[in-house]
Amino acid sequence: MPLVKQGRITTDLFVHVIDGAELPDDGAILIPATRFLEDPEAVLKRTGKVGVIWPNNRDLDDLVPYLDRLAAVALVFPSFRDGRAYSQARLLRERHGYDGEMRATGQVLRDQFVFMSRAGFDAFEVKKDADADAFAETVKRYSVFYQPTGDGRVTALNRRMQLRHSESAGQ
Amino acid sequence: MYAYDELDRTLINERVSEFRDQVKRRLSGELTEDEFKMLRLQNGVYLQLHAYMFRVAIPYGTLSSKQLRRLAHVARRYDRGYGHFTTRQNIQFNWIKLAELPDALAELAEVGIHAMQTSGNNMRNVTSDQWAGVAPGEVEDPRIWSEILRQHTTLHPEFSFLPRKFKIAITASEHDRAAIKVHDIGLRLHKNADGETGFEVLVGGGLGRTPFIAKTIKPYVAGRDILSYVEAILRVYNQYGRRDNIYKARIKILVHELGIEKFSREVEEEWKQMGHSALTLDHSVVEEVRSRFSYPAYEKLPHMPDELKQAAHDPSFERWRKNSVAPHKVQGYSIVTLSLKPVGGPPGDATAEQMDVVADLADKYSFGEIRVGHEQNLVLPHVAKRDLPQLWKALDRIGLATPNINLVTDIIACPGLDYCSLANARSIPIAQELTRRFANHDTAEMIGRLHINISGCINACGHHHVGHIGILGVEKNGEEFYQITIGGRADENAQMGALIGPAVPYAEVADVIEDIVEAYLALRDRPEELFVDTVKRLGVEPFKERVYATR
Repeated sequence: MPLVKQGRITTDLFVHVIDGAELPDDGAILIPATRFLEDPEAVLKRTGKVGVIWPNNRDLDDLVPYLDRLAAVALVFPSFRDGRAYSQARLLRERHGYDGEMRATGQVLRDQFVFMSRAGFDAFEVKKDADADAFAETVKRYSVFYQPTGDGRVTALNRRMQLRHSESAGQ
Repeated sequence: MYAYDELDRTLINERVSEFRDQVKRRLSGELTEDEFKMLRLQNGVYLQLHAYMFRVAIPYGTLSSKQLRRLAHVARRYDRGYGHFTTRQNIQFNWIKLAELPDALAELAEVGIHAMQTSGNNMRNVTSDQWAGVAPGEVEDPRIWSEILRQHTTLHPEFSFLPRKFKIAITASEHDRAAIKVHDIGLRLHKNADGETGFEVLVGGGLGRTPFIAKTIKPYVAGRDILSYVEAILRVYNQYGRRDNIYKARIKILVHELGIEKFSREVEEEWKQMGHSALTLDHSVVEEVRSRFSYPAYEKLPHMPDELKQAAHDPSFERWRKNSVAPHKVQGYSIVTLSLKPVGGPPGDATAEQMDVVADLADKYSFGEIRVGHEQNLVLPHVAKRDLPQLWKALDRIGLATPNINLVTDIIACPGLDYCSLANARSIPIAQELTRRFANHDTAEMIGRLHINISGCINACGHHHVGHIGILGVEKNGEEFYQITIGGRADENAQMGALIGPAVPYAEVADVIEDIVEAYLALRDRPEELFVDTVKRLGVEPFKERVYATR
């Protein structure tokens, strides 16, 4: 499953630790929420980056205290129809100020890329190779956005207001 | 009318390109039908019994003549020469070919029409009063807020994959023509004690297999806060709405299961945390949107022009005028409703020819503007009273002057088993038969206001629960049966109808409805007492006795 970061297919530096498996001594790891919460301090003490895979039906409150020590949060789309992780992503970015890697995992398809990047995702475990290849052009599909989100894109309303101001300034 | 600017145009063109790419990938097999299904639904494309059905949005029911002409063109070029206006201010085309859909969309985009989110589990077309901006006594034009919400809900990055579909309706009049109490969110514009405009917010209304009347979640939300408040509701719903069972996934179930108090506390908590956000609408932003609505330059006209006095001698004209013409907020003008319910016709259908003529008549008599109401009729919102006789003649020539607005033959019906893959029973032939039974206008007038709503299955697209008489098609041992309810209504006093007795077979429906109407005529205490008020006063029993005594 290709990983897309900064618009390009890249090597995944995080090792996925499955439940029950031994933690590697060093290197970046991505571990499930339940495993992480068993002993967060022990996990965070390791040398090597830590990322947590957070399920889409678990409240973020349990994760928030550790955010500034995490290198990645992976949110889950069990099906592309299940949009709960979009809310989690926005809350992490916009309310809790999380600025590390935010990864979309699960059924991640081309036609969700724009929504995901607007919600704050910056890393994508893409299900199909063809979709990963098409990432760069797909995220450019839209140039107009109606909603303000934490991604900093200027909304249509604001562009209109700016336009109006520059027009009146020119008079 | 709202005028799209370059940004709006760019966005819908970008959406057309995206959809064209999605269709291409489906046709090449790159996308599975399961993957494509969600994508096509996000753009109003259903696979029905015979073909793809294409649902196009008419946001808050407002169309320009140019847009209506383009809809006629799409009907002619890509379909079989007609379209069907729905109960949510959409138009449906029933015979579209998938490969041609992107071209049809591109042609619609040229005139500022789209099909975004007319189906799928997202925020649907925002609907409003078809008399918005012209109804006397309105707080203000609800379309300004409808347009702000249309933009905000379009391609929303957080709420495009909700547990289930989500519908918002807005009214600004005391009499609710937008059926806000049967929507996921209903918004009622009103002024608070300080004279500021804001919204009563209702939540959790809906029909379908578990009908609920919406409850007030907050009596007053200031206009500047409406986007953040709606966003807070949606965020709670997106996270906690049920996804394990499609029939329990609407927000009404969440509200019901949590209770309105707990649900509103959750929303309030979320809303507080959002604080003063980028969603807060500054006055200047609202005014910017308002400035792109254009209003007619009305003339100063007499209340009772000579043309109208003369035409009053023609009883056919007078009958139509009394039935289909309503007071306008500006003296000398009227709001005219065009019945899409001719005797024997499928409710809500219009041919391409009719659409073209209505567009021409709108240019000539209604400042180029047309409205679509949830009752599946069209409206010319700004007709000078002096023009009414000429307009009537022109409408009559194309079969759009049936004087049956709000009468027993002004039936709301879904497409039913004639088209729909979900239906259990036919709706259209029932409606057609009823319009023939009650074809006599004197009888219909004598009966008075009476809304019959027909759905071909429990999904309730024909709003049967809230019909004064509701007819619901069900399937029993492979045969079409119909459950009949009475006493429902969709206005500011919305309530669900009550079942009158056992379901009846297809062939008996019209007889039963006739019996119900006869019972009403016998039971009403005076001619002015409406059917729905008689049911309210007496309950179902006396009707049941009379209708089922001989069955």
